[in-house]
Order: sequence, then C-alpha cells, then structure tokens
Amino acid sequence: MSAINSNLESFRNWKHANLAIAVVLIGALAIFPLFKPPLDGFIDDCVLALAYVVMALGLNIVVGFAGLLDLGFVAFYAFGSYAAGWFASDFFSSINGEKGIHIGAGTFASTLPGIHLNFLLVLVAAVIITSIAGMIIGLPTLRLRGDYIAIVTLAFGEIIGRFAVNGQIGGFKYTNGRQAISPVDALDLPLLKEFDSAFSIRGYYWVALTMVAFSLFVNFRLRDSRLGRAWIAIREDEVAAVSMGIPLVKTKLMAYAAGAAFGGLSGAFLGTYFNSVNANQFQFAFSIFILSMVILGGLGSIWGTVLGAITLSFINSYFIPDVFNGIPGSLGLDFDLTQLSFGIFGFLLVMVMILRPEGLLPEKRRRLELKEGIGADEAIVEVRA
Amino acid sequence: MNVATLPPQEEIRTTPVSERLRKFFSAYGLWIVLLGLPVFYGIKDLQDEGDLSRLGNNLFAGLSNGAIWALIALGYTLVYGIIELINFAHGDVFMIGSFVAVGMWGTVGLALTTGTLGLIAGLLVTLIVAMVVCGTMNVMIERVAYRPLRSAPKLAPLITAVGFSFILQNVGIVWLGSSQKGVPDLIKAQHVLVSVAGIDIHNSDVLALAVTAPLVFLLTTFVNHSRSGKAMRATAQDPEAARLMGINVDTTISLTFLLGGLLAGAAGLVYALYQTNVWYFQGFTAGLIAFTAAVMGGIGNLKGAVIGGLIIGCIQQISDNRIGAQWTPAVVFAYLVLIMVFRPQGLVGEETREAG
Repeated sequence: MSAINSNLESFRNWKHANLAIAVVLIGALAIFPLFKPPLDGFIDDCVLALAYVVMALGLNIVVGFAGLLDLGFVAFYAFGSYAAGWFASDFFSSINGEKGIHIGAGTFASTLPGIHLNFLLVLVAAVIITSIAGMIIGLPTLRLRGDYIAIVTLAFGEIIGRFAVNGQIGGFKYTNGRQAISPVDALDLPLLKEFDSAFSIRGYYWVALTMVAFSLFVNFRLRDSRLGRAWIAIREDEVAAVSMGIPLVKTKLMAYAAGAAFGGLSGAFLGTYFNSVNANQFQFAFSIFILSMVILGGLGSIWGTVLGAITLSFINSYFIPDVFNGIPGSLGLDFDLTQLSFGIFGFLLVMVMILRPEGLLPEKRRRLELKEGIGADEAIVEVRA
Repeated sequence: MNVATLPPQEEIRTTPVSERLRKFFSAYGLWIVLLGLPVFYGIKDLQDEGDLSRLGNNLFAGLSNGAIWALIALGYTLVYGIIELINFAHGDVFMIGSFVAVGMWGTVGLALTTGTLGLIAGLLVTLIVAMVVCGTMNVMIERVAYRPLRSAPKLAPLITAVGFSFILQNVGIVWLGSSQKGVPDLIKAQHVLVSVAGIDIHNSDVLALAVTAPLVFLLTTFVNHSRSGKAMRATAQDPEAARLMGINVDTTISLTFLLGGLLAGAAGLVYALYQTNVWYFQGFTAGLIAFTAAVMGGIGNLKGAVIGGLIIGCIQQISDNRIGAQWTPAVVFAYLVLIMVFRPQGLVGEETREAG
C-alpha cells in the first residue's frame, strides 16, 4: 500500500505529470467514437456536450473572470448560428445574379446559389460578428454595476431573440424566423473529405473536440495573461483596480468580446451540426442553461466550467429524456419530464447556491473568499452599507 | 513648472460643452426619449386624421393596461428598496396568482351566466384568495432562497431568484399545460361601457383601475403612516442601524415580501380577467415589463413604480397599435436599455449605489 502511495507521490512530483494525464485523457477521448456505431446516440450527446463546453467557457470569461453577470448570452449563440445560416447556405439566394458566392465551399455546396464559405471562414465570420456584438451590448453596461448589468444584457438577449423571430424589417428579410434556415452546408475542412452527417457523426465529434482543446488553451492563456489578471482585479474590486491603472472600459469590453467570441464559435458549429438555424432556439432559458453550467462548476474555474457543462448537457440530453422520463409515469403522474427540464435546472441552481455556492470544482481564490471569510466581511459591508 | 501652459482662469470656470451636454441629457434625456413616441404619432394623427382620438384611445388603454404593470412593479420596487435584490421570481408569483384566480372561479362557481352581484362577490373572494396565496408564497420563497444568502456575494440571491423563477414556471406547466389557455370572459372585457370624446372605456379598463387605485392607496398609506411601514423605510435606509433601534429586520423583510406578493396576486386576477387567457410564460414577460417600469420610475420609489407602470403601458399600447405587436417586447426592452444609458436612477428616484 505504501509502495503504491510513494509511487503515486513520485508520479505527482514528476514535472510532466499533468501533461501525461492530459495526453492519455485526450487520446482516450479522441479514439472512443471508433468503438461506437458511427451514428450512435451517445456520440450525438457528446458532440452537444462539447459544443456547450465551448459556450460555457466563453460565458465563464464574462461572469467568472470579469464578474459581469451576463443573462443575455443567447444573443451570441444566435449571432454565431446565423453566421452559419447566412454564410453557408442558400439563404441569400438572389446574391450575385443567383449564381452565389463560393469561397472554399464543398463540391455540392459550390453548385448552389447563395453565400457558401468554408467552415473555417464561417467560424472567422462568427467570431468577428459576435465580438462586435459583444462590445456593443457591453457599452451601455459600462457605467452600471451588479444586477443592473444582468438586466441590460437580458434585455439585449430578448431584443436579439425578438429580431430573430420576426425575421424581417420592411422588405429586407434577414432570418427565416421560426421556419428555420435549412439546410446549412455540411462541415467541410480543407484537405479532408466532406463530412456527411447521414453516415457518420464522428467527424463532427472530432471537430468539436478540437474546438474544446483550442478554447481550453486560449482560456488558460487568457486567464494568466495581463488581461486576465485585470479581469480578476476588476471582479474583486473595481475601484482598487482602476486606481492601480487598469483601463476599465477597455478591459470590460474585452471581456464581453472574448466571451462572445466563444459563444459565436460554438453557435456556428451548432448551426452547422443541426443543419438548420431556427429562431426558436434563441430563448432566455438557453442563457440560463449555460449560466447554470458555469455556476454548477464553479464561477471562474475553467475545469469546473468544463465539468459543469458536461454534467448539465448530459442531464439535459441523456438523463432526463432517456433515463428518468419513465419515473412520473410509473408513479401514476401524467406529465412529460422533458418539458420540465428547466424546472430541474432551476432547482439545481437554488440547491447549488445554498449548499455549495463555490460550485463543484471551485477556483482557489473564490473558495478562499467563500469558505474562510477572506473578503466576506467586505461583502457584508457592501450589502449593509 | 511652466506657468504659461496653465489655461487662463476664465476657461476653468466655464464648464466644457461636452460636460454641459452630458448634464442636459442626464436631466432631460429620458423625458425626450419617453415623449418622442406619443408626440411623433400625435403629429402624424393630426396630419392624417385631423384629431387625436386614436392616440387618446391608445393612451387610455395604455393607462389601464399599465395599472397591472404598476401593481407588479410595486413588488419589485419594494423588495429592491429593502434588500437591493432584483426578485426575478416575482413575475412568476404573479403568474401563479393568475392560475389561482382561474382555479378559484371554478371552485366558487362563477360562470358567464352569474348575475352582477354574485359576480362581484365571487371576484372579491377570488381576489382575496389569490392575494393571500401569492403573499404567502413570496414570503416562503424569501425564507428558503434569499434569507440563507443574506451575507453571501450579491450574485448569489439573484441566481437563486432565477432558479425559483424557473421552478414556478414549471409548476405552471404541470398545472395548466404549456400552451395558452383561454378563460371565461366573466366581465365581458371588450364591452364598451361609455365613450368620452372619442375614447372608448371598456369594462376591463374600469376593472383594472378599480382594483389598482385602492390597493396603491392602501399600500402607500401603510408604508408612509403605519408603524410597520416606518420600520420598512428604516430598514431600507440602513438595516444595521434599524436593527440597533430594535427593529426586527427579518420580520420586516418578510413583511415586504408579503406586501409584494399580495399586489402580485391582485395583478394576477386582473390580468386573467383583462386578457381572458393565461399561460405559464406570462410571468416572465410581465415581470420584465414591470421591472422596466420600476427602473423607469426609479427603483425603490413607490410613486415611481406606479408612474413607470402607467408609462410603460402607454408605450406598449402605442407600439402594439402602430409598430406591430410582434415588435412590442423589443420596443419595451429598448426603452429599458435607453433608461439605463440616460438615467439609471429613473424619473423620480435618487441615485443608488448600483446605478450611480
């Protein structure tokens, strides 16, 4: 027993222990779909979970790092998805004399009217659109603090959702509203064969996994950068941060833009994966869904956010519809549990906040604040003052 | 130090143009934004039709509609005034109020055939039941979800409030299903009672004003003149000092939630009679609209919440009638953002720490 312990100890002390674990883990994640049928429902659940991880990582930058409660994150999901809908489908079919614009599009998409960009270009477009939208939404909140920010972002989220549903101003049609923009071009990467979701969704899984790895890398680098430290400083004490010379406006807007960019990445991917962009997807409940992931995992904690996103995504797409849905029926109750998924999330939010407000895998600094009372006195003063 | 680079005395005394513009907009910007819509359509009506009766109809319908928002907004403003929390679940408490009211009609036996006197008596009973249920529920939510987090960071109770909002919505789904549900039009809501100067006054308008006005009067009297009201105001100003003066802060906060819930219950009944349909999602929309109203008036200020509610009602009616009902939520929320930009302290409110 002690031999194992000492072995474990020496492994922990090995300089590259973390790296070794990460490589093994990523390797296992990467090859597991090969052991499942190519259209397996479990792979589908995993693709969704990975896409939500990217989205939750984005929200974690805004809420977790910078401490700006954003309740309108769905707006960036919408913009990202519409980037896919606009630039990779025949939505603008009358453009360029009905011949369409094609840049690096797949063999089939190249023959269709409308704008067809390569998936990577769609991602770039999504990032650009969402970061600009993020900054615009951030602007009115700069003078505000606390829950007022939540309300303004929520209002923006609702306005964007309303625009998506209405879909038309005057004669100009910019979305299909509840009719959905569909089909969206299949995922097509340079040097690789076009992905066909009718035969295999493994390709989508690998793309999502790559996006998660990329987002994780960027998030860790951002958190430890000058900008990331500025975000955390603003979260902890805005006045002190400003007097130390942190440019408030720029730093806050960067937080909104960076967070939004990840929302856009994931949104563009999901639009492509679902093969349609429907205005019904962009509701307030979705913002709360993503926020619950961040809170469940632990505000500001990157691994916590990943864990929270995977947990809630699987609860939503696997446990509620497939595992627990029989329970009300067997108890003689007549309702569909999938309808109540948000009630379950609401309950989770309340429980997490009351029982374990720091989340499942809390960030070190925040755990200290909540558990050992560092900074807690200050919070009381703030509430009571 | 080079003295020559210092600006002359004169320039220091006069405020720069940008500063003066900022002051002007922070003082009058919101009024300009608010009056823009009715004035624009008023002029347009005068040009097109030669009289203002269409705008008058819009505004009157807006006032009676806004009366409902005012009742809900009062709940937001009371709670925010005392513990600086946006009670996200408040709109859904209102929704439950509607559901209780609709359920009670069945129990009391109200139907389209019931006579006027029976109807008034029955509705009075329903009103009281809906108010008591919502008030009790609001107090319990405070006890379960907000009180344990009194000393936690401010984000925490806001998040539990969102959580409770979803829980209540799902209670609504289990109760009456997830689609809009029509309810019997007990008071013949759209029946024109009288028409004054081209403005139609419907039964529903009379009902909304008849329920709202006394309740608002009672509430303001209670808060301004009773002993408990004084305790509420003291707690809102400084909870710690209030405690030192022997005020039971927890009880006072519970009382505030009770009052907010009572008003939300009344609003629920009026809404059900007024709109003749209920559904689980009405609370979310209504809650946001009412919150906008509370912020517009100056959150924490009772008079402001009522004024804000009435104004938002008018904006909504004008937007429904002229721009199109599908854009109304966007218009209302755009107003919310504009208020936050121009005057976060609201029309009649003082500067708060949050908005300052």
